[in-house]
Amino acid sequence: MGSRGTAGLPANITHLTQGARTRGGIGESTLRPDGTLKVTGEFAYSSDMWHEDMLWGQILRSPVAHAEIVSIDTAEALAVPGVYAVMTYDDLPTDVRHYGLEIQDTPVLAHGRVRHHGEPVAIVAADHPETARRAAARIRVGYRELPVITDEASATAPDAVLLHEDRTDHHAAHVPHPNILHRQPIVRGDVAEARRRADFVVEGEYVFGMQDQAFLGPESGLAVPAEDGGVDLYIATQWLHSDLRQIAPVLGLPPEKVRMTLAGVGGAFGGREDLSMQIHACLLALRTGKPIKIVYNRFESFFGHVHRHPATLRYEHGATRDGRLTHVKARIVLDGGAYASASPAVVGNASSLGVGPYVVDDVDIEALALYTNNPPCGAMRGFGAVQACFAYEAQMDRLADAVGMDRVEFRQLNAMSQGSVMPTGQVVDSPAPVAELLRRVKAMPLPPERQWESSEGVDVRQLPGGLSNTTHGEGVVRGIGYAVGIKNVGFSEGFDDYSTARVRMEVVGGEPVATVHTAMAEVGQGGVTVHAQIARTELGVTRVTIQPADTRVGSAGSTSASRQTYVTGGAVKHACELVRERVLELGRRKFGPYHPAWATAGLLLEGGKVVTDAGEALADLADVLGDEAVEIEREWRHRPTEPFDPRTGQGRGHVQYSFAAHRAVVEVDTELGLVKVIELACAQDVGKALNPLSVIGQIQGGTTQGLGIAVMEEIVVDPRTAKVRNPSFTDYLIPTILDTPTMPVDVLELADDHAPYGLRGIGEAPTLSSTPAVLAAIRDATGLELNRTPVRPEHLTGTDTGT
Amino acid sequence: MDFLRPASWEEALAAKAEHPTAVPIAGGTDVMVEINFDHRRPEYLLDLNRVGDLYEWEVGEDRVRLGASVPYTRIMEDLRAELPALALASHTVASPQIRNRGSVGGNLGTASPAGDAHPALLAAGAEVEAESVRGSRRIPVDDFYTGVKRNALAPDELIRAVHVRRADGPQQYAKVGTRNAMVIAVCAFGLALHPATRTVRTGIGSAAPTPVRATVAEDFLNAALEEGGFWDDGQAVTPSVARRFAELCAAACDPIDDVRGTAGYRRHAVGVLARRTLNWAWEEYRGARRGTEGAA
Repeated sequence: MGSRGTAGLPANITHLTQGARTRGGIGESTLRPDGTLKVTGEFAYSSDMWHEDMLWGQILRSPVAHAEIVSIDTAEALAVPGVYAVMTYDDLPTDVRHYGLEIQDTPVLAHGRVRHHGEPVAIVAADHPETARRAAARIRVGYRELPVITDEASATAPDAVLLHEDRTDHHAAHVPHPNILHRQPIVRGDVAEARRRADFVVEGEYVFGMQDQAFLGPESGLAVPAEDGGVDLYIATQWLHSDLRQIAPVLGLPPEKVRMTLAGVGGAFGGREDLSMQIHACLLALRTGKPIKIVYNRFESFFGHVHRHPATLRYEHGATRDGRLTHVKARIVLDGGAYASASPAVVGNASSLGVGPYVVDDVDIEALALYTNNPPCGAMRGFGAVQACFAYEAQMDRLADAVGMDRVEFRQLNAMSQGSVMPTGQVVDSPAPVAELLRRVKAMPLPPERQWESSEGVDVRQLPGGLSNTTHGEGVVRGIGYAVGIKNVGFSEGFDDYSTARVRMEVVGGEPVATVHTAMAEVGQGGVTVHAQIARTELGVTRVTIQPADTRVGSAGSTSASRQTYVTGGAVKHACELVRERVLELGRRKFGPYHPAWATAGLLLEGGKVVTDAGEALADLADVLGDEAVEIEREWRHRPTEPFDPRTGQGRGHVQYSFAAHRAVVEVDTELGLVKVIELACAQDVGKALNPLSVIGQIQGGTTQGLGIAVMEEIVVDPRTAKVRNPSFTDYLIPTILDTPTMPVDVLELADDHAPYGLRGIGEAPTLSSTPAVLAAIRDATGLELNRTPVRPEHLTGTDTGT
Repeated sequence: MDFLRPASWEEALAAKAEHPTAVPIAGGTDVMVEINFDHRRPEYLLDLNRVGDLYEWEVGEDRVRLGASVPYTRIMEDLRAELPALALASHTVASPQIRNRGSVGGNLGTASPAGDAHPALLAAGAEVEAESVRGSRRIPVDDFYTGVKRNALAPDELIRAVHVRRADGPQQYAKVGTRNAMVIAVCAFGLALHPATRTVRTGIGSAAPTPVRATVAEDFLNAALEEGGFWDDGQAVTPSVARRFAELCAAACDPIDDVRGTAGYRRHAVGVLARRTLNWAWEEYRGARRGTEGAA
């Protein structure tokens, strides 16, 4: 790892490298500045903001999934004392009345029609949140209900109502039906020919339920009208500049008059990529001339952001007698819900990563997203690769069984490695240690059997059912399952995915200080810690100030796609390098004549000094800088990608790939169908762990989120009405600490030479393989097929057909 | 919404008499959820937090008088020996924070079929002490639940305490949820052996419109145990008896399909829980019997 430990060697033998002597730099587990505040409850989240004279905004949402709006009467609501404004579609100030990440198909407020349960119809501002709620309830909306479109059959039926008529978006021309939002085939080789070579063919259909990001801090923000006619918006989001691009045109303001600052973000996981209350708060602030606060409660939050796409996946895999994959044919249908959100990119991921981390020459994959009246779906950790991994890993187990091979060995035999070719034709040109990751999780010691037994009797906390005391060991069977996945890092398919960093270096109180300013949304991933580490390493200083993220600096892109450490981290590194060059240039000008090393030696910044690569100190940074501040703002880009061919899916679509493998050990009460995940071991290649503690945190967090969709998390939508049945944490269950298993983590650091420090984006990969590993373990324990996730007790006990 | 804050039990009864629609609130773990979700908007809230004796309990010769507001945490920690099934049930209630506030009185007042305490109360045998300005009465818990979220209280009555029979034998409680902690019951089952009367009582939660006893199953089991001389010779319950008992418990359910589980699963799971809890309780009884004999 790097070149640490050179300090004690004779100066004439070795060369120092930048940052090697500075403490708190990359590779150390420096602690998060917000950590203590968060665990002690003192951190200020976006919902904690307050402004004098502020009003509260409230959204009126549709109680039905699909209807024409025949009338809206706001008179009674406006008459409520304390109400300052009620706005509907007709009150929008400009002709720009729709927004969207990629396709602007989402109305700011419903226009003549609602397309999903919970769609915003009107907004209210009042002097008290309760007043706002009551006033919203007095808005009279007449709905004429329309038939609901809930699946592929109803979406593409001959007489199907079109979710969006007269589509003009860039996918409209190539989709087979207007209710299909986007479709991406990936075709390589000849599947029909390859199938003839297969000794074993396994087919399966898999169903993936709708998962919620379930971030703990609900959507919230504060919009403050400004004297110049603009607005200042304090907001919890994943990408300030993307919000800005969508907000400003609706308000009729130039972007510079919409000034955005990141407020405390209570988790995101993709659910804050789309706008929620941003435009509504700004509209009400500009209308009333008063600051507007909006905070969703948990119920509203379930309607306030997109979810993970539920999916139906049909797969056919073939293998030869000696265990080589011959072909993969797949059809992945994702339910995008009523509006586009990030669905097209999710389709791109599901299709291009649909085979998994395996070498297969003959592939025929089709992924598509539907427009339906179900809740809109979009970004969530894992982003299309999660659903595919659940299905292809189940297939790999079944195929291994058919061939008669060990399931891990079968995967290893077909595993991709550096130099392998993806089904898109893209060559994987950095380490891809898939077989090694599997070897490592398999080699970890297994947790002991019957851990619930102790000298004092039975510890029910160690058993399925936990404290509910449902078993003392009766019916409990252990199962073990393995899975591995592949996730892309960064924005793909030709997207100009850049980040901006502004770095300043100056002397404060006699000490050199670096200031890093980016618009990166810290959503809990630890980016602020990493930026400070990079600045210390690159500039050799101890003190680093991280400026609040806002739109006074250029875009940092989204905190998604496992990209922030790579891209904004890369931008900070790049800006720091330029600052360092300029500081050295200053030093050469001031002190060059006095020491020949200024001209001849390699120069570094270490410990607040300019030093030669042989370790000789030439000057204090304080003297070099004097009263001058060096400040540089730069955009930084990773290697460009290109779009997938719309017919064949060929193209260098992805920036980097990320791999993780899991072994799940579960214990299942086979009579009651209750599951206790005992252990989820993970091995992941992270390229370079900039902050090892944060790396472990990300891996364990992603693993737990994958466990959630395996055994409990699901938004249940009524297929008859398309209405959400469980919008609360009472009935949408997420894992508690008792459901969270031991999670040993084995971290590999194989550098990707194309990435800053060799790092690899890490946040999403563990979310992929966790779910299929748990499912495989439950199958191992029960012998059941289990083609659906999450697994419910009904599925394990054959009681899922009601009375 | 008016917030009434009586300083004593007498004031509380007077307030309830004056405002029969007033909703009593103690821990608030049910009432506040309903208000926050806008499911109800009572005209009056009757705050019982200042009525101190509602937080007290007395252990009598054969009954425990449990004040209506005694939180689950106290039952878990202080009444394990006297009220084993209720203590186990208390352990399954939500989170520590909720257990510090929630109480059996609240469970009874809400009378949700999913209330965690009900199966334990039914199995142990209990009476609800209801009082109004008109006087006090004891309602057997078997007669207390009258419908989904409805109970036998008159509009002017408040729950003062619940009188639970002290355990005279082993008791068990088990609850199924789709998470290993902090979960609302998909179904629940309470079982109590009463060696003094040579009876077994049961309670089923979340598997019918109200909490219910499986009386047919109890009758079958009581007869089988009596006829086989099980109480005396301490033999193990034969698998066929346990199986039949479980079937009859399942048959006592009248469940629905909802977002938490299917009716079919609930019926199935109640049967499994009935068989298991009977075995656990009976094995404990046998063990205790052997222990007594050994000592004698």
